[in-house]
Parts: sequence; C-alpha cells; structure tokens
Amino acid sequence: MVASVETPEKMVGKALKRREDPRLMTGAGNFLDDVKLAGLTHAAIVRSPHAHAKIANIDTSAAAGLPGVVGVFTGQDFLDVNPMPAAWQAGGVTNHPVTPRVLAINEVHQVGDPVAVVVAETLAQAIDAAEAVHVVWDLLPAVVNAKRATEAGAPQLHEEAPNNIVLEWECGKDAATVDAALSASDVRVSQSIVNQRLIPTPMETRGSIGRYDPGTGDYTLWATSQAPHVHRLLLAAFVLGVPEQKIRVIVPDMGGGFGCKIFVYYDMALTLALSKKVGGRPVKFVEDRSENYLTTTHGRDHITDLEIGASNDGHITAIKVKTFANLGAYFSTIAAGIPTTLYGRMLAGCYKVPNIHCHVTGVYTNTAMVDAYRGAGRPEAAFVIERVCDLVAGATGVDPAEVRRRNFIQPSDFPYDTGIGMLPYDSGDYETALDRALTSVGYAELRAEQAARRERGDGKLLGIGLSSYVEVCGVAPSKWIGLQGEGWGAGLWESANVKVHLTGKVVVTTGSLPHGQGHETTFAQLVSDELGVPYDDIEVEHSDTHGAPFGFGTYGSRSLSVGGTAIYKSVGKVREKAIKLAAHMLEAAEADIVLENGKAYVKGLPASVKTIQEIALAAHVAYDLPAGMEPYLDETTYYDPPNCTFPFGTHICVVEVDRDTGHVVPIRYVAVDDVGNVVNPLIVDGQIHGGIAQGLAQALYEGAVYNDDGQLVTGTLMDYAIPRASNVPFYELDRTVTPSPVNPMGVKGAGEAGTIASTPAVANAVIDAVAHLGIKHLDMPLTPERLWRALSN
Amino acid sequence: MADTVAAPAKVAISVTVNGKAHSAEVEPRTLLVSFLREQLGLTGTHIGCDTSSCGACVVHLNGEAVKSCTIFAAQLDGAEITTIEGLGTDGNLHVVQEGFWEMHGLQCGYCTPGMIMTSTAFLKSNPNPTEDEIRHALDGNLCRCTGYQNIVRAVQYAAAKSNGA
Repeated sequence: MVASVETPEKMVGKALKRREDPRLMTGAGNFLDDVKLAGLTHAAIVRSPHAHAKIANIDTSAAAGLPGVVGVFTGQDFLDVNPMPAAWQAGGVTNHPVTPRVLAINEVHQVGDPVAVVVAETLAQAIDAAEAVHVVWDLLPAVVNAKRATEAGAPQLHEEAPNNIVLEWECGKDAATVDAALSASDVRVSQSIVNQRLIPTPMETRGSIGRYDPGTGDYTLWATSQAPHVHRLLLAAFVLGVPEQKIRVIVPDMGGGFGCKIFVYYDMALTLALSKKVGGRPVKFVEDRSENYLTTTHGRDHITDLEIGASNDGHITAIKVKTFANLGAYFSTIAAGIPTTLYGRMLAGCYKVPNIHCHVTGVYTNTAMVDAYRGAGRPEAAFVIERVCDLVAGATGVDPAEVRRRNFIQPSDFPYDTGIGMLPYDSGDYETALDRALTSVGYAELRAEQAARRERGDGKLLGIGLSSYVEVCGVAPSKWIGLQGEGWGAGLWESANVKVHLTGKVVVTTGSLPHGQGHETTFAQLVSDELGVPYDDIEVEHSDTHGAPFGFGTYGSRSLSVGGTAIYKSVGKVREKAIKLAAHMLEAAEADIVLENGKAYVKGLPASVKTIQEIALAAHVAYDLPAGMEPYLDETTYYDPPNCTFPFGTHICVVEVDRDTGHVVPIRYVAVDDVGNVVNPLIVDGQIHGGIAQGLAQALYEGAVYNDDGQLVTGTLMDYAIPRASNVPFYELDRTVTPSPVNPMGVKGAGEAGTIASTPAVANAVIDAVAHLGIKHLDMPLTPERLWRALSN
Repeated sequence: MADTVAAPAKVAISVTVNGKAHSAEVEPRTLLVSFLREQLGLTGTHIGCDTSSCGACVVHLNGEAVKSCTIFAAQLDGAEITTIEGLGTDGNLHVVQEGFWEMHGLQCGYCTPGMIMTSTAFLKSNPNPTEDEIRHALDGNLCRCTGYQNIVRAVQYAAAKSNGA
C-alpha cells in the first residue's frame, strides 16, 4: 500500500563500476586454459618452418612411442574434415577462395602451417613427442609483398588464383569520370601510402577444447570465440558435416579479441575431430605466443596509390584510390569484407567528395591470413581520407583544420548518402566536435609555438595532427549485409531473451558476449531502468549456445546498438504482458494501467499497486490469468537493425620530434568522440583509451615484418612493439552527444572509434612536425630510424 | 630418429603458497607458472607470451615481484610465494584491487593479476609515486585493452588511500 511511487536512481548514464571485476581481480576468472575437465588430454602441433613447401614425407613412428602419447595424426587422417568456410564472398571474389584445412596436406603456404598433431596426457609430453615427428620438405620459393605477388614470375600459391589474385573490387564512380574530375582540378596530389600489417595481440592467445560424446554423438567445444553460434553453425554445416544442434559451443572468460577471435580456425575443428579419434577424451590446444603470431589472423596490410584533386580553396574535388590488399596464405572467414565494403565504402569520411573511385585487388602471399582487426577496414579508410585532408592542406596552403571544416557534411544533411554504396550516415555534427577539440588543445597557440620554434631553429620539432573521423558500426541490417555480392550472405541481427522469475529476479540471455566490454554491467543497467527492477536483481548470461538464443556475436561495435536494442525490445514485450496481467489483477482496463519504476497501478489510484515481482509470481503460478494468456514472463526478440550507426569525432595529437635522433614523443592527446547516448561513461571512456593506444601504436611502434623467405621476423613480443605504459600519453577525453535515430536508445557504439581516429591523428602530427623541411609523407611506424633517415636526406 | 635420453630425475620441493605448505615433485624444466597452474590448480596467474615479455605471470617470491615464467620451480625449495589468489578476496579486497575496481583498471582481466602483483610490490618500495614513476614501474606488464590510463589511476588511488588521503 504505497502512497506514492518512489523513484529509484537511474542507472543509464551512471559511471557504475563493473560487476565482472571482483572475480577477475582475485584470480577467480575462468579463461580457456583454466577450464578443468576429467580425462583432459593435450595437443601439440607440428608446423612448417618454411613459408612455401611441398610435404614430401611425415614420419610419426618415433613420436608415437614416447611416454604419455595417446595418438599422433597428420592431415591424411582428417580427409573427411572439410576446409574452413569462406563466409564472406563479396562481389568481386572472382576466383574460388582457398581456405585452410585442419592440417595441411601435400603443400604448406606459410610458416607455421600445421601438418601434424600429437595428443598426450600432459602438455610437456605432447611437445616432446611433436619434436620427434620428422617431416621432409621440398622447398618452394615464397612471396610476401602483395604487389609483387601479382607480377609475372611470382611464386604461385594456389592454382585457383592465377597471379595470386583472389578478388578484384570497385566502388564509386567509374575511373574515367574521376580521371576527368582530377584533370579539371586546380590542384593535384599523388601519393603512395602503406597501411602496414599489424598483429592484434590479445593478451590471451587462442585455444580450443574439443570433446566428443560417443554415446550421443554430440560435440562440445570450448573456444576463445567472439561468435559461438556462428562457429557452431559453420563448423556443423561446412566443416564436420553434422546437424547444427550436435555441437555446443561454450566461451569461457576471454582475454581480449580485437577481431582475431571472430573467425573459424583449424584448431576448433581439429580438437573436436581428435576427441572423436581418442574415444571421447577432451583434447585441449592452446597457442603459445609464437603460434599466435604465426597463424592467428593479422590486420591491415594495404599498399595504396592515391590521386587527389582539390580546388585552390581546399575543397576536395576528386579521389582515386588503388589498393593492393594482402590477404595472406589462405582466405580467412570474412577476409573479403574488410578491404571492400568496410574500407572502400567509407573513403568519403566526414566529407562531401563529389568524385571517388576505388579499386581493390585482394592477393594471396606466403604470410599469415589477414582479416578484421579493431576497426576492420575503417581505420584503413580513415587513414586515407585524413591523409588526403593534410595533403590538400599542404598543396593549397589552407590550414588542415580549415580544409576539414570546408568539406564537412552538415548536420542538416543527415541522413546522408555519400554516393559510394555505403548506407546513409545516421546523424552527425562534425564541426562542433572539431571546434571543441581545437579549443581544448589550444590550436592557435600551438601553431604560434610551432612557428616560433621553426623561426629559432629549435631542435625539438613540434607537430600537430588532426583526425576528424566517422566510422560505420553497429553492424548490420541483414538485407544489406546479406546481399549476394555485397556482404556475407547471412544476417547480422541480434537476439535477447528476458525472463522474470517468480522471485522477481530477472535473467537476460544475450547473443552478444563480452571480452572486456562490460556487458554484464551495462546490459543490467539498461534493464534496470526500463523494467524498474533493482540492478542487483538482474543477471546477464551469455556465451553458451545451449541456452543463449542464436546471436551473431561481438565485433563491429554492435553489442549495445544491436544486442542492447534486442534486450530493450524484449523488456518492452515483458512490460506489455505485465500491464495486461496487472490490469487483470487490479480489475481495471489495460489502458488505465501505468507501469513505472517496477510498479503497476491504475491511473489516478496510486495506492492500488502491483509490483513487477508480484506480477511475475502471478504469471508463474498461473492460477488466475486472463483468457488466452500463457504463463510466465519470458520474451525473446530477434532484432534486425534498420541501419548501421556512425560514431564520429575529432582527435588531435601533439608530438615533439627530436631533429637529431628522430625520436617521437606524443606530448598531448585530445579526443572528442560522439558515440550517441551513453549508458556507462566509465566503460565508454575505457574503450576509447584502449582504442587510442592501439591506433597510436600503429602510427609509432607496431609493424609485422616478413623477410623475403616468408619468415616472420617480428615473431615475438621482443620484436613486435606493443606499447607499454610509458610509451603512451595521457588521453584527454571529451564528448559530444548526437543521438542515433537508428535505435530507441540513440546509441552508436564505441569499441573501435578510438583506434580508427588515432592512427591518422598521430601520423599527421609527426608528418606535420617535419613538413616545413619539405617532407610530404612518411609511412608508419614512425620510428626514430624512419624519421632520422628522412631528416638526414 | 630422436635420441631418446632418459628423463632427468624429478626434484622434491617444499614451498609455501599463499600461506599454505606444499610438498611436490617437479621436473627440472617445470616453470614456476606451470607448477602453480597445473600442479596446484591456481589458475589466477596467466601466461601471455613465450617468455619474460608480458608480465601476466607476475607473482611475489619471498616478498619480491618476479615473472613466474622465468624461474624454475625446482629452484624454489623453501620459498614463500604469494599469487593473486592470496592477495585479497571478493569482500576483502587489497587496496590495490579496490583501486582497480573503482578506476575501471581492467577490461578483459587477463593481464590484471600480473598488473596487480606488480603494483602492490611497487607501492611497497615507493608509496608516494609520481605518474611517470608509476608508468615506468608498470613497463614490464603489457595490457592491450585499457591503454594504461585507468591502471595508472588505480595505482594512484591505492597510493592515496594507503597514505591516509
């Protein structure tokens, strides 16, 4: 008998600390390598030390007799297991894609290609036995550069792909039209740029545990997977040839992903097939870091030639882009989408560019496969268009901030179609973000300081770099992404089930799954507000295909805008049913019922309250339900978004370059990001911090290097420069909020924006620092050596 | 045709881990991190690299932070070891763990045990550090998720709280 309905604290927008943290901070997390199972065996894989070779012979006899060995197998033992699926065959995949087998047969195409496996009682025993497997190789020449791989005389990887070309793709206006526009421009700039290969390096490597039940014929896979339902479907349908429901995929706590854990990998099918071979004992495989570096997907690796046309006052009139995209030794699960749809169609950036032509050639080389890595195509696009802005500034004398301002799409233009086949940008206010960043960093003062230093010949060169970015995420409307020839031929909706138990506790089961994003916290926050149930009474479950409705998984910054909206809509359905039942319980008309803050009452009679908990109990015990109503408060939604979402903003980096040593120090970093409405600012800021660190690292430190023999020279953390705490600056974050009209909560997504924005901001800053010396462009990573060589010339 | 050499004899060790005494036999080549994870079932200490680079394996050995992937269990007869499991529990967190929670100093949580063990040892030797000193102290621990800013804030929080702020 509550006289009034008290208003509990709003959870959405609150910087709530995460409920995931206590277990993760006290060693009580459960990551893949922590999973304890009875009868567990361990797998060690024999790999090719050569980039390209025929397998002449494999002798497993010595290995088979060693202590603890349960079995030794080669590719010949798994001829009935199909190669991994190529799930994205975007228009332009002109040649039949070649995907990896669980173990290579006949020929290997990259260092690390798996050719044999030992299963043993302990990991040490498995490794000992793997070292006793003797392989005889017939060496073949290797090629690692994507351009060179297409030239006559280059080593051929696969007969299905002459000249190693697996796809040719175009977007935008036709080349002749853009050539004409270039010719008619006041100013023309040509530039070649490299977006160097990166190694994602989540702190947890990948792993799989496969278990086969000989009694039921069911498989269970524990895997470091960003998309368990997708893996279940693809492994069942395309690799193992069993009905989908015969495989259960469970994802334990996951130590980062950044995209490289999206794909269907050989070890997932291998451990399942091995378990069947060893009578149903579970088989575990966990990559060591070297294996992770050799055979888990890499990112980026574009070689691009740019032709730019502009007017004298800094308007971009035409851009012609030719990109060679290195796809590695085989075709990865969604490899085709990254350098096409997610790259080419974002080349306009935040700007109105009347003429764009983009041509992409996807190429096989004797290197690790390349697929999505934080940003997946959008960092490559942002890097191009943000370098274009600075190149236009350099050629016309217009200030780089002014170039951006003059070319911006305006707020009143949205929804805005950039004319190159991307979905219309949902909402944006690019100029406000730019101005906030310029004010925050003190742009005018910095330019004055830069001029003063140049005047007096200061040895510390000051550089200011801008990046006004927009990105496409919240993937994706199924009718767009599923289009034959455009996308991956399957949907990209998301699911959510919401149950209110008779105790009043709420369980949300989502097809999204976290690997650091804090879903268990943010999803509970939004349900708490929408349903009026205390935050602590809500639990978010995920990561098990037995129980979670089919979900497409977590990547592409989609969990909140797509996964969260599915939850929001399921909560809406629960509310609807609760109102109906409350009306029955209160003997009133449905239209007279108000449900707020977890309490239903008759309009004007707040004393006659039924709480959501009472309603849930009534729905469960079911002895007095209105005619036609089923028991239980349990609603599921499959939500297909009507559009993607488009976060945006401006980042500004300030660097000092030592003129004598070439050493670069980022001394300030300002980020203004617009991710639409914010559910948990603590988590959004954390995503931006981490994103900036990765993008900055591409600009200054990271770069995967293969020598001409196809050996990965940067094969460990001693050689590949992941940044450390003293390598990164303090990030000054700020926000604008432009809600997205695409979903009811107005959210855009935040997981990748930081990375997309930061690489061009930092690279532009370094190049700006040396521009007065006649240096127009430098490729990344902008190491001291690279700067020193440029400055010495 | 591998030369089969007889496996070297196992070594007996007695160690105290998180206050509990253990007697065990280990192969000479067994790393401390493998001993903790596989033989004692303490899986809070993680492996993130091939050796020595990432810091996910940091534990306290006789009061000092060490990378448990770079020391053999066989060397540790008589040693006292503290792992993340021995530092604090949900409901009774160490002040550094409290700082990580308040400041959102973790995302995926994989580097976190090592980060916390390094931080606690560091604050013992430098209870009032500057931001630069904190960043430098954490240089042996890689994080791919957080960009380090909130980890630095977590350590600052713990330092301030320990100093009575």
